[in-house]
Amino acid sequence: MKEHAEPITCVAKPARVGFYARFLDWIGRQIFQMGVLVGFLALCVFFTLTSPYFLSFDNMMNVARQISMIGIIAVGMTFVIIAAGIDLSVGSVVGLAGCITAGLLRDGIPMPVAILTGLSFGLISGIANGFLVTKGGLPPFIATLASMSVWRGLALTYTQGYAIFGLPKGFGFIGRSYMGPVPTPVVIMFVVFAIGYYVLNHTAFGRYVYAVGGNIQAAKLSGVHVDRTLLAVYGLSGFFSGLSGIILASRLMSGQGAAGTGYELDAIASCALGGISLMGGEGNLVGTIIGAFIIGVLANGMTLLNVSSFYQMMVKGLVIMLAVFVDLKLKARREKK
Amino acid sequence: MDVHSPIKNEYVLEMRDICKAFPGVQALDKVSLRVRRGEVHALVGENGAGKSTLMKILAGAHPCDAGEILIDGKPVEISDPITAQRLGISMIYQEFNLVPSLSVAENIFLGRLPAAWGWAHLNRNALFASARELLDRLHLSVDPGEKVKYLSVAKKQMVEIAKALSLQAKIIVMDEPTSALTLAETETLFEMICHLKDQGVAVIFITHRLEEVFAIADRVTVLRDGHYIATRDICEIDQPTIVSMMVGRELTTLFPKVETKIGDTVLEVRNVNKEGALRNINLKVRKGEIVGLAGLVGAGRTDLAKVIFGIDSADSGEILIDGLPRPIRSPWQAIECGLGLVPEDRKEQALFLARPVRDNISMAVIRLLSWLGFAIRHRQEDDLVARYIRQLNIRTPSAMQLVRNLSGGNQQKTVIARWLAATPKVLIMDEPTRGIDVGAKAEIHALMGKLAQEGVGILMISSELPEILGVSDRIVVMHEGRITREFDRSEATQELIMQAATGREECGEGQ
Repeated sequence: MKEHAEPITCVAKPARVGFYARFLDWIGRQIFQMGVLVGFLALCVFFTLTSPYFLSFDNMMNVARQISMIGIIAVGMTFVIIAAGIDLSVGSVVGLAGCITAGLLRDGIPMPVAILTGLSFGLISGIANGFLVTKGGLPPFIATLASMSVWRGLALTYTQGYAIFGLPKGFGFIGRSYMGPVPTPVVIMFVVFAIGYYVLNHTAFGRYVYAVGGNIQAAKLSGVHVDRTLLAVYGLSGFFSGLSGIILASRLMSGQGAAGTGYELDAIASCALGGISLMGGEGNLVGTIIGAFIIGVLANGMTLLNVSSFYQMMVKGLVIMLAVFVDLKLKARREKK
Repeated sequence: MDVHSPIKNEYVLEMRDICKAFPGVQALDKVSLRVRRGEVHALVGENGAGKSTLMKILAGAHPCDAGEILIDGKPVEISDPITAQRLGISMIYQEFNLVPSLSVAENIFLGRLPAAWGWAHLNRNALFASARELLDRLHLSVDPGEKVKYLSVAKKQMVEIAKALSLQAKIIVMDEPTSALTLAETETLFEMICHLKDQGVAVIFITHRLEEVFAIADRVTVLRDGHYIATRDICEIDQPTIVSMMVGRELTTLFPKVETKIGDTVLEVRNVNKEGALRNINLKVRKGEIVGLAGLVGAGRTDLAKVIFGIDSADSGEILIDGLPRPIRSPWQAIECGLGLVPEDRKEQALFLARPVRDNISMAVIRLLSWLGFAIRHRQEDDLVARYIRQLNIRTPSAMQLVRNLSGGNQQKTVIARWLAATPKVLIMDEPTRGIDVGAKAEIHALMGKLAQEGVGILMISSELPEILGVSDRIVVMHEGRITREFDRSEATQELIMQAATGREECGEGQ
C-alpha cells in the first residue's frame, strides 16, 4: 500500500479586499466589455471616414435620440434576461401605452393623469407577464409572445387603425424639446441607465436578479423570494416600455396602434451585443448601453451613406451574429484560463 | 497486490498508472485496474476515492494526465466518448442517457437507425423485432414500443444495458446501479449481470454497498483518496478487511472531536409523515449538539431535510423551534426561524458559479446589510465577507473572484460561510464534505466543532461512516423512511450503524 500524498491545494494568497485588488478586478471586468467597445469605436471611425457629417455634434445627438426609446426598453430587458427570462411584449406595450396616453389627452384629461395612466398600464402589463411566468408556470417566451399579441390587438382595436391626433401642444415637450443642447429623450434615457445601473449593482434586489437567473434553486434555498423578484423584474420591463411608448407618442404627437412594432427585437439585440447571456445570471448594463449605441450608429451611418433600408436590415443581422460569436469565443477563452 | 500474469490477453482491460489532477485535488495518483474477460469486477472506495474519475477516463469523458490503457492487450487512446464506444466500452450512469419521449426500441438503436428508418416511413416492425431479439437475449420483459418515460428506474436501467449490448460492448461500467432500486429489482439486475457474464462481457460494478460486492463480484479493487490500494479475489477477502482498506486510517486523528456543552432542544421534529418518503419521524437537535443522520442513499434523509427546511411539505406532523411549533412552508420562512441548509449538491443547489465569492457569501443576509432592505451598505458587506473568508480560510485571490474558479473544498467553504453569516440556531448539512480533498474536509470538521461550541445545533447527513462516527455526538439511523435506531456517540460502531441502515435490526426509539 502507498502512503498518502499531500493534497495539492490551489495557490494560497491571503484574502485581501483592498482597494488595489478591487481596482484590478474592476479593470479586468471592463476589458471583457472592451470587445464590444472596440467594435463600436471601429464602426464610428469607419463612418467618420466615409461621411464628414457623421461625427458632428448634431448628428451624435440625433443618433442618441433615435436610440433613446430602444435604450430605455433595453434597460428593462437587461433585468429580464439576467433573470433568465425574456420579454417579447415590450414593443406592443410601447404601442398601447402611447395610444392610451394619446387617447386620454385627446379627450381633455390633464397631462399628468394621462401620462401616469400610460406608465401604470406599462407596469401592470409587466406584472401580468410576471404572474403568467411565476404563478402560471408558462415559459417566459410563450407568456410574453401571447401578451405581445394581445396588447397589439388591443392597441389596433382602440385606434381602429387610425392615428389619434389633436394632442395638446405641451405634450410635445417630452419627445421634442431640448435640455440645453441635449434632446430630452436622451436625458431620460441616461437617467434610466443610471437608475438601472445602480439598482443592478448596488441593491439587494439587483443581487437577487442575478441569483434567480444564475441558479434559481440555489436562490430559493438561500431565502430569496424568487416569485417576487421575477414579478418586479417583469414589472420594470413593462414600466420602461410604457415610458418609452409615451416618449414615442410625444415625438410623433399622435397615438398609433402600430407604434413600437419590432422594438423587442432591437432591445434583445442590444442586450445580446452587450454580452448579456441569454441563459441568464450574467452580464452588465454597460454592455447593453454600448449594444444599443452600436445599433443606433449602424442605422444612422448607413442612412448617411444612402444604403437602402433593405440592405440595412441584412447588415444589422450580420453584425449581431458576428458580435455575439466573438463575445462567446472570448468568454470561452477566459473560462479556460 | 495481484500477480502479473504471463498469459497474454487474459485481461480485457488494463489501466496502468493513471494520474489525473483537478484544480486543487490530485484525483488519481498512479491508479491501476485490471479486468478479466467475463468477470464482474467491483470497484469500491469512499466518496472522493477516485472511482468515478477513473471510470470517466475510461469512458473518454476526461483525458488522463499520465498512464496507459490497454484493451485486449493493445494500447489504446481514448480521446472521446465515441472512441470509447467503438472500443466496446459502455457506461451506465446514475442519470440515464435516454430520450424519455421515444420508445424503448428507438432508444436502443438511437443514432444508428438505418437511413430508411430515419425518414417518414419508419419501419417499426423491423426496428421492434431487432429490439425484441436483444431484450430476449437478456430475458427482459419490456415492450419495445413502450415510451421510456413510462418505465420504472429499474426498467430504464435494463434498456441502457440492452443498448450497451447492441453496441457490442465488451466492458460495461455500472455506476451505483442499485442505489435507486428495490430489493426485488436488484435481484433482477444481478440475474442480468450473470447473463452478461455468460456472454463474455466484463462488468465493472461501482457500489457503496459491500453486501452486493459479495453477492455478485468475482474480484474487487479498492481505491482510497486517489490511490490504488489492492485487488483481491472475492473468496479470499471478507467485509471488515475491505472496510479497513477503504478507510485505512485512525478515525481519531482525522476527526478530533471537540467536547461541547449540550443545552436545550432547539429543533424538534414530531411525528412527521410524508407519503412514500418519511414515516413517523421523531427527532431532536439540541444546542451545541451535532446529530449525525446515517443511512443508505434513498433512506429518506434528504427528504427529511427538505421537509424541515420548507422545500417540501409533510403530510402530517410538526416542526418545533425552541419548543414552539412553526409552520415552515418555504426556505425563507425556515431562515427566519433560524435554520440554515448546506445542501447536498453545491453546484446545483447552492452556488452562483458566475458570481463572485462576495455575492455568494452575503446572499442570505444581503437584505439585512442594506439600507431599508434596498441599497447595499458596501462597507459592511465587505467587512463581513472578508471576515468569513479569513475565518474559514477560503483560498481565493480576492472576494471578487468568481466562485466557479475555486476548488471544490473552497466552494463548499463559501456555501458554509453563507450560512455562518446568517447566524442560524440550527444548521442542516447534507453531505458537507462530499467530493472535497482531505485537507479541506478536516477544516470543515473543525469548523463544525467550533460552531457547536458556540451553541449552534447541527444536523449532519453523511454517507461516510467514519465521518458520522467521528463528528457526531448522537447518531440517528434511517432506513426506508423510518428512524431505525439511535446511538450515543460512545456506543456506535460501523457495524451497528450498517445493520440499522440496512434494516437488519430494528429497535431503539424510532419504533
